[in-house]
Amino acid sequence: MGAVSALRLRIERRRWQLRAFRKGRDLSVVADRSGMVGPNAVLLFATIRNEKPRLPFFLKYYRDMGVAHFFIVDNGSTDGSAEMLAGEPDVSLWRTETSYKHSRFGTDWLNWLKFRFGHGHWTLTVDPDEFLVFPFCDTRPIPALCDWLDQSGLRALGTLLVDMYPKGPPDKIAYTPGQNPFEIASWFDAGNYAVSRNKKYGNLWIQGGPRARVYFADEPEQAPSLNKIPLVKWDRRYVHVSSTHMLLPRGLNLVYDEAGGEKASGCLLHAKFLDSFPQKAAEEIARRQHFARGREYDAYHLKGQGPQGLWCEWSERYIDWRQLELLGLMSKGNWA
Amino acid sequence: MNVGFVMLAHAALDRAGQIASHLAEAGFPLVIHVDSRTSEQAFDTLAAQVKPHENVHFAQRTACEWGTWSLVQASRDAAEILLNTYPELHHVMLISGSCLPIKQPDALGTFLSTHRNTDFIESVTIGDVPWTKGGLSDERFSLSFPFAWKKHKRLFDIWVELQRLTGRKRSLPQGLQPHMGSQWWCLSRTTLERILRDSRREELAAFFKKVWIPDESYFQSLVRLYGSRVESRSLTLSKFDFQGKPHVFYDDHLLLLRQSPAFFARKIWPGANRLYRVFLSRQLSRETKSAVSAAHIDRTFAKAITMRTRGRPGLVMAGRYPNKGFENGLTGAPYSVFQGFSDVFTSFPDWVSKATGSRVHGHLFARRRVEFHGDQSGYAGALSENAKLRDYDAPSFLRNLVWNTRGEYQSFLFSPRDRQIVGKTLAGDRNANIAVISGAWALPLLHSGRPTDQVRRIAAILQKREAAFLELLHARDARCRARIWTLAEFLERPNDTLQDIVDSMSGAESHLISTPPALRSMGGLANFLQDLRNAGMNPHLAGDVVDPDPPKSAPWAIRPS
Repeated sequence: MGAVSALRLRIERRRWQLRAFRKGRDLSVVADRSGMVGPNAVLLFATIRNEKPRLPFFLKYYRDMGVAHFFIVDNGSTDGSAEMLAGEPDVSLWRTETSYKHSRFGTDWLNWLKFRFGHGHWTLTVDPDEFLVFPFCDTRPIPALCDWLDQSGLRALGTLLVDMYPKGPPDKIAYTPGQNPFEIASWFDAGNYAVSRNKKYGNLWIQGGPRARVYFADEPEQAPSLNKIPLVKWDRRYVHVSSTHMLLPRGLNLVYDEAGGEKASGCLLHAKFLDSFPQKAAEEIARRQHFARGREYDAYHLKGQGPQGLWCEWSERYIDWRQLELLGLMSKGNWA
Repeated sequence: MNVGFVMLAHAALDRAGQIASHLAEAGFPLVIHVDSRTSEQAFDTLAAQVKPHENVHFAQRTACEWGTWSLVQASRDAAEILLNTYPELHHVMLISGSCLPIKQPDALGTFLSTHRNTDFIESVTIGDVPWTKGGLSDERFSLSFPFAWKKHKRLFDIWVELQRLTGRKRSLPQGLQPHMGSQWWCLSRTTLERILRDSRREELAAFFKKVWIPDESYFQSLVRLYGSRVESRSLTLSKFDFQGKPHVFYDDHLLLLRQSPAFFARKIWPGANRLYRVFLSRQLSRETKSAVSAAHIDRTFAKAITMRTRGRPGLVMAGRYPNKGFENGLTGAPYSVFQGFSDVFTSFPDWVSKATGSRVHGHLFARRRVEFHGDQSGYAGALSENAKLRDYDAPSFLRNLVWNTRGEYQSFLFSPRDRQIVGKTLAGDRNANIAVISGAWALPLLHSGRPTDQVRRIAAILQKREAAFLELLHARDARCRARIWTLAEFLERPNDTLQDIVDSMSGAESHLISTPPALRSMGGLANFLQDLRNAGMNPHLAGDVVDPDPPKSAPWAIRPS
């Protein structure tokens, strides 16, 4: 990497840091329990809006996994999500009514919180409908993974965002709060992902899956990015650029092996296509708060899904992490 | 008791205390050395934890830096204390705070009492050591290493380079043959006393103080000088990853550890509650599986190293994106590509399916849509028939198709009429078995009934594309297996070439072709090609097709055998 591009990226990183400071001022604290965070705690950062039915399972899933504390930004929820979270003993909550889009879809708010509370900790940044799966996650909690990453000298874990969907239209089966969403959205696409490399940041760019297949087949370049690096050993100098797709400094994006081997990687199961989806899509179009003026949500709304939904006869039913590893969607790397 | 332990601990002291108490309760004395850089608070908690046991002592705390003499000094000092305090011991075993006994403690005692003068320490001559991953082996002894590797890496490297440049070599102490091995040993009292009290100890210590990672070579070399019976194996199970760091054991390794013949295992993740609970329980079963199962442990960790260094060829995913030349294969399994065959034969895919049992797709790279086998709208892995989606990243499409159908031999049709973007990938893929009948694109044009000038233009385009593809197949960096016939050559002896192709697909089985596929009508082909020539084009890729007169025994008609 030339000196000029190195300088450019450093300036860019500073820009995002400054933005985070500015946008951080839009946050007002509702509950700050960060004092109880221990030195080796794994911390989770998320932005939510009207996710009350999903939150009980979300919190339980990550608590069972070994996440010690949740740092959450509530973007003007009206369904009681904020009240519910404020009462949880391992949650620190901030609230803001400002634009999701203008904080770059929550990235700036979370960069600010990670700057303040994440330094020296392993931090997991996810959306409320993303569930991390990593090798051996059924027998080893996330602190084991983080200790192993520390020992191996790795600072981040790459993942593939795997869209999960039900058989049939998403609103056919109602989701009960506290239920495992993957009992309903149990299917995924096993092998239609295209991978290329982003020359600027060095991260892998992955597209494909059911959304590309159903909504963006005729404009594949518009399909959403499925590459995410959610788990990072945070340092004050780091920033996420554009959701958790990539990071600066760009060395953090090298979560893949370039010499023919495999580095350990995980999956983020995306429980987006549940019964709340059509209604959410409509709402998000009206709010126009999403990426590229909600182009994605337009596609969902206009095209609909047909009687089978996203499901097709080659969809794979989810079993466990070993299945994902065998299919090649994640890797054990050097972990045994 | 006959066995004593020296424990080196620096982190997760609560677990170290648990182990120490467990061993002490079984009657084994211990001397614990805690790194001086560990917090006072943690040390005090440990001291309180082991206080009830009179046979647990603490050595003077010193700072232990990885790879330096301080570790050896600490174990020597602690061993001295142990030997002086307990004259009845006949063995001393060195363990760490993250070691876990995987047998009942008295099993070790019983075992060692039948091997009273044997030293159990891995001790291998430096020429025979296979495991120094990236680390120097004989240079550990011929160069000097005053700087700690972890703390002053740059100085370390510079000093090594300087010495290499000047060709400096240290002289070995007389009679010393450098050996290396795992630093977790179990030495007999006699050997250990000789090492600690011999008159040469200062001279040898001075030499080893500048050796790199002396805890892997000090005792291992000296035991060859002072030991009587040496069994070159460690009683502690320890596996290393591709970076030379120790693999960590977790709860899901429980059965694996039960199968090991070793007495201790390291490293254990401090949070592996189940492992600590099971192996420190008094009810731990005494029976162990045979040593045959120990190979299972080796295999598990060997596979991890392979996965990390070689990966799975033909797979590109979030953790694997090989640079050009490092892929170990562009795709995951062999497959066949047929160009021109569907122009020459009717229902060629069906015929191949019947002849070999494998499924042949249509034109996967056809312009309008992907022609999967059986005309399906999708295929394994939820691949879509949409041409735009496929063309967005055609190499990925091909790679995905082959990966998703591993175990099932894939073949598909190709043609100059198709999208050519995947041509370079096919040419560079050693898994690709490509069979081409060049010039076969002339046949559909012959039967199309279109005016000559239109046909001539299309023919020129198709020939140009096919020529470009053939050039890729002949290029120096091509890795595929390509067999190319001109249309004329193929028509001379169609059966032989078909048999050849079928054999290459079926693998071990050989299917003799009983019924050949039906040829399309060739009438008027030679004249058609001449017409093209007359119109100014040169259809050279078709070769010299012979005139179809006389009809009785046309050279390219299939004779029933």
